[in-house]
Amino acid sequence: MIEIILFLVFMSCGFIFGQLAEKRHFKSIVEREQQLNSLPVVASRYPPEDTAYHQQLVSGSVVVASDYFKSFTAGLINIFGGVVTPFESLLDRGRREAILRMKAEAGKLNAELVFNVKLETTRIATGRAGAIEVLAYGTAMLPVDAGRANAINSSSANDLSAIDSAPVASGSVPRR
Amino acid sequence: MLISNLEILPDHRIVRHLGLVQGSSVRSKHVGRDIMASIKNIFGGELQGYTELLHESREEATERLIQQAQGIGANAVLNVRYSTSSIAAGAAEIFVYGTAVELAQRD
Repeated sequence: MIEIILFLVFMSCGFIFGQLAEKRHFKSIVEREQQLNSLPVVASRYPPEDTAYHQQLVSGSVVVASDYFKSFTAGLINIFGGVVTPFESLLDRGRREAILRMKAEAGKLNAELVFNVKLETTRIATGRAGAIEVLAYGTAMLPVDAGRANAINSSSANDLSAIDSAPVASGSVPRR
Repeated sequence: MLISNLEILPDHRIVRHLGLVQGSSVRSKHVGRDIMASIKNIFGGELQGYTELLHESREEATERLIQQAQGIGANAVLNVRYSTSSIAAGAAEIFVYGTAVELAQRD
């Protein structure tokens, strides 16, 4: 009896708070995506050749948990097979959030674009339900002037070495 | 030390290839955090404790990668990749690897 009550409580908690959290999260994601829209994120492997840039690795990561309701519905869908929509939205939130955090870090460095972006998703085991970690990383291309300003101000672990802070005038990279 | 996930750098020449360098780190949070995380799993939402944990872990792995690269006389690590695997409940391994190279400015 107690188990049934607990189950119902967990289900309704998961449904109400989970949906609420998801709605709020999506709203903030859309807002921030609009703010950071001017910073392009590219998956191309080769940097542009016509402009001078400094570069620095930037990353963003997030761990999002599934709620009880999502996990249970996903379990039900799993019996019959088909599209597991509850988890699709969870993964979508995670990916977009990770990219946004990476963009925010690149934006702080005054980067003009982020190159060679890779996304990685891992399932983090927390009890019976799931949580996922999404990591987005890429190379931020900083305009030479902003890069120098950052090299002076930067006290982070990713400090720019002599090579990195030397002005880079591209143009002679062989096309592949 | 320049860390980049690009394979070639504009206006730099690779003088020497020094091979693969790597760094890894396995970390976990204390039980309190794990319990909080499992409660949060009913309600859904971000698990900030774990976000933080993986971030720290990634920094440490990168630090080890840099140390290894410095040890063999590299001044840059190119084509860096991260990978994460959860090895037990509440513990994750972060692995980072890349190619250590010696770069010189192209004239």
